[in-house]
Amino acid sequence: MLIFECPYCGVLTDETDLAAGGEAHLKRFGPGSSDDEFESYLFNRENPKGIHFERWRHVNGCGKWFNVARCTVSMEVFGTYPAQTLEPPAEIKDKISEKKPGWKWKEFS
Amino acid sequence: MKKYSAFAVAREALRDHIGWERAWQSPEPRSKYDVIIIGAGGHGLATAYYLGKNYGIKNVAILEKGWLGGGNTGRNTTIIRSNYLQDPSAAIYEKARSLYENLSQDLNYNIMFSPRGVMMLAQTQHEIRGYKRTAHANALQGVSTEFISPQKVKKLCPIINIEGPRYPVLGALWQPRGGTARHDAVAWGYARACSDMGMHIIQQCEVTGVNTMNGKAVGVETTKGTIVCEKIGIVVAGHSGVLADMAGFRLPIESVALQALVSEPIKPCMDVVVMANTVHGYMSQSDKGEMVIGGGADGYNNYSQRGSFHHVEETVRALVETFPIISRLKMLRWWGGIVDMTGDRSPIISKTPVKNIFMNCGWGTGGFKAIPGSGWAMAELIAKGEPGPLAEDFRVTRFREGQFIDESVAAGVAH
Ligand SMILES: Cc1cc2nc3c(=O)[nH]c(=O)nc-3n(C[C@H](O)[C@H](O)[C@H](O)COP(=O)(O)OP(=O)(O)OC[C@H]3O[C@@H](n4cnc5c(N)ncnc54)[C@H](O)[C@@H]3O)c2cc1C
Ligand SMILES: [Zn+2]
Repeated sequence: MLIFECPYCGVLTDETDLAAGGEAHLKRFGPGSSDDEFESYLFNRENPKGIHFERWRHVNGCGKWFNVARCTVSMEVFGTYPAQTLEPPAEIKDKISEKKPGWKWKEFS
Repeated sequence: MKKYSAFAVAREALRDHIGWERAWQSPEPRSKYDVIIIGAGGHGLATAYYLGKNYGIKNVAILEKGWLGGGNTGRNTTIIRSNYLQDPSAAIYEKARSLYENLSQDLNYNIMFSPRGVMMLAQTQHEIRGYKRTAHANALQGVSTEFISPQKVKKLCPIINIEGPRYPVLGALWQPRGGTARHDAVAWGYARACSDMGMHIIQQCEVTGVNTMNGKAVGVETTKGTIVCEKIGIVVAGHSGVLADMAGFRLPIESVALQALVSEPIKPCMDVVVMANTVHGYMSQSDKGEMVIGGGADGYNNYSQRGSFHHVEETVRALVETFPIISRLKMLRWWGGIVDMTGDRSPIISKTPVKNIFMNCGWGTGGFKAIPGSGWAMAELIAKGEPGPLAEDFRVTRFREGQFIDESVAAGVAH
């Protein structure tokens, strides 16, 4: 069972209280964008075997969206942070680098 | 290759079974092949088989990082049906189902195809309408299905409680020619036939890189060295994203865990397959007597071949209401597989941005039933370099074109 700390309520909450929302830090493209950008935004995903940044919603709690840094193989959680951020915080990135040197994810790593 | 037959069984019985051959060879890889298939699951092996059988292309290697059939092919609940809603789906799944009918004879290997009938329960008004619509669509597609009454459901499967307070059975979509087959045997039968054609099945050989030159595939890096080839077929299910990354493109796919479990064996009590999509549960009885149970997929990215316990709990809780008889059964084994989900819940059989690399993936929770048809279509794609009629609608560019083959609305669960 995955257990995360909701960055808003500060409580430890498990999967039965949460809804998974897929890849985080998607860059939104709308009308006027190219077909490539639109396709990439709507459909194509990183789906990595390793470090994944993802959205979760604390549905049976505060109802808010937050982000999680997690390994999709070991299920290790490197931290949670509010959804209103363009990049994971430096301390989470450092924590990942310590465990998985050389990890990469899109434009930030 | 010596043929399997009743005569062979009798002959070997009389001489302590010393005459059986290995079913397939385990050669060391050569440095060059015409075609490399990555992934020795059912879809990869079937692709290789029909490349040889239909197109005479036999200089083929099938590379497998673990053991053949050890991925989802050996982890699924073996439901075979073709009662999908959209025309391209009906075409390929029905092709597969019809190939399954004679597959044992074709491969000279008993894959234990058992067309015992598949019913999908309607437990809400919405499902009644949905399944009636599917039955009408199937009639036009030439797939034989019918919408049946709760009484007929009870007659076909007496252990069902049709008056459940929470999940009453209001009818079902019934496909009498659907059923099950032995999953391992499908992989083993194709492997034996491929090996017999001189193809190389190389197990314990992980592909770690895809080599391209001027936007064209030229070979692969593996844990057993570099191998050169003309064409590559990537058929790795849950690992499709990893291989696409090696080849330098992304896919509209996410990998998640799907789980199944089996009970202790009991006497025969159920000779059809029952799927209850509202409650995300389905069940059949294996020839050994075990109740084979599957549920819904988890919602988050996962490569660990383990799923969430609460999901299984929900499935079993709902099934106990529909089948009260199973409430005291002990569960023997429980496992997960990593399935490759697309947004429209339909597969991808397609050319890719890299020339001479072809993908077959996105079968998600329901690709066992498709193995022969998928291999047939993928072999055509690789041999000709262009998709045939079975594959063309499943091109990866359908997403950007908005030409979805939407099966996610038709059935919440798609096994
Ligand atoms: C629990 C469960 C229940 C299911 N129930 C049903 C059902 O009832 N009916 C149905 O139709 N379908 C069902 N499915 C879906 C079905 O199992 C799959 O769609 C199908 O088996 C996929 O076959 P495949 O050959 O594409 O993949 P797999 O059998 O997974 O084969 C892919 C192979 O690629 C190999 N591979 C991966 N990466 C590499 C690499 N880098 N180098 C070399 N090899 C590599 C893997 O080791 C693996 O053996 C179920 C799936 C699960 C998990
Ligand atoms: Zn919260």
